[in-house]
Amino acid sequence: MATQQKQLLLILAREFTSNLSTPSLIADAEGTLVFYNEAAEAVVGRRFSETGELPLEEWLAPFEPRTPDSMPLPPERRPTHIALVERRPAHERYLITSTDGVDREVEVTAFPLYAHTDEFVGIVAIFWRV
Amino acid sequence: MQLKIWGCRGSVPTPGPTTVTYGGNTSCVEVALDDHSALILDAGTGIRALGADLVKRGTRHIDLFLTHLHFDHLEGLRFFAPLWDESVTLEIHGPRSPVLSLDDRIHRAFSPPLFPLDFRDVPAKVLFHDLPGEPWQANGLRLSSDLVLHPGPTVGLRLETEARTVAYLPDHEPALAGIEGRKADWISAGALAHNADLVLHDAQYFEDEYDTRIGWGHSSVAHAVAFSEAVGAKRLVLFHHEPNHSDKDLEQLEDRARELTRSLDRAPVLAREGMLLDLG
Repeated sequence: MATQQKQLLLILAREFTSNLSTPSLIADAEGTLVFYNEAAEAVVGRRFSETGELPLEEWLAPFEPRTPDSMPLPPERRPTHIALVERRPAHERYLITSTDGVDREVEVTAFPLYAHTDEFVGIVAIFWRV
Repeated sequence: MQLKIWGCRGSVPTPGPTTVTYGGNTSCVEVALDDHSALILDAGTGIRALGADLVKRGTRHIDLFLTHLHFDHLEGLRFFAPLWDESVTLEIHGPRSPVLSLDDRIHRAFSPPLFPLDFRDVPAKVLFHDLPGEPWQANGLRLSSDLVLHPGPTVGLRLETEARTVAYLPDHEPALAGIEGRKADWISAGALAHNADLVLHDAQYFEDEYDTRIGWGHSSVAHAVAFSEAVGAKRLVLFHHEPNHSDKDLEQLEDRARELTRSLDRAPVLAREGMLLDLG
C-alpha cells in the first residue's frame, strides 16, 4: 500500500481519547507517541500539533519525571515504559515539570493494546494532576 | 482488471418489483482472471448465480475472500454449486478472530440447526486461510487486507495490478473514527483505498437515516463520498444498498452523491447486479 496505515485499534483509541476529558496519550508498538488529547495538552502545556510524532521517552524527558521525594524516576518504573516493554498495565504517582516551569504531581495509568493475543499494537496512558 | 457484481444489496436479500434494476442479492463480486481460476469477494446470495456460471465454465480452482462473516456476506456459500463438486478446490480467506478459527466460524453457519447438512459433507476440497497482515501476491494480483471499522473482525481489501488499483469496502463506517480533517493514515482503510482507481464503498444510508444508525457499521452517502475524496480515490461505486431502498430511492441516493462530489475524477455510480467494471 502506498501509505502507512495506523492500526485500527490506534484509530479507535484516538477517537475514544479525543472525546475524554481525562488527559490521555497513545503510543504505537514501537514506542512512538502518536497522539495526545486536548485534556493532556492542558497538563503538558503544548499542543500535539506542535509536538508531532516522536519517541515517547524523548517526549517525556523534558518533563523530568521524579519520585515524590524528587529522585529521578527510572524508566523501568514509568507506567508507559512498563506497558510498552513488559506489556502489562502499570500505575505510578510522580512529579513532572510542565513546559510552563511549574512542578506538578501526576498519577499515570498505562495499559497495553492487543488486537489479538499475539498482536501488540501500542499503549494508552491516562494521567491527571493530583 | 475486470470486476463483475453479482450482488450489492446490504443486510438481507430483497427480491421484488422495486429492486429489479439494482438487484436484491447480497454482496458478491467476481474479479476476472486470465488463468481460468476464479477470485471472489464475499459469499452473499449473489454467489449462487456465480457458482452456476463457474460450473458451466468448468472452473476448478476458486479463491474466496470474505470481508467478514455477517450472514449477508456468507449465506450464499451453502448454495454455491462448486462446493458440491469433488474436483473443485475452494480456498476461503477471511479475517482472523481473537476467539475462533475461520474454519470453526464458518462451520457454525453451515451445520444444524442453521442448515440441514454439515460442512464435512461437502465434496469439494476446502482450505481455510486467515488473511495475512502483509500484502501478498496471488493470481497475478498484489493483494492487501486490513481491519476496518465495522462491528466484529472485518477487513477491507485492496487489489492491484501494475496499472490499476481497486479497494473493496462493502461494510465500513469510517465516520465513527473521523474522516474530515484527518490525514489518510488516521482514517480507517485510508491506506487500502489510497489513490485507488476505483473504490466500492458502503453507502447504505441517506444522511438523515445515518443519524439514527450511528455505530451500526455502515456509511451514509455523504461519508462514502467524503472518505473516497479524503483518500484520493478516483472513482466511487456506491455499494451495500439499504434493503428498504427501492430502485427510485437508490437513484436519489446517487444524485445526492453527485451533488456532494468535489474531487473525484468521475461521478459516483450505483453498484448494480450484473454490472461490469472494466479498469483496463
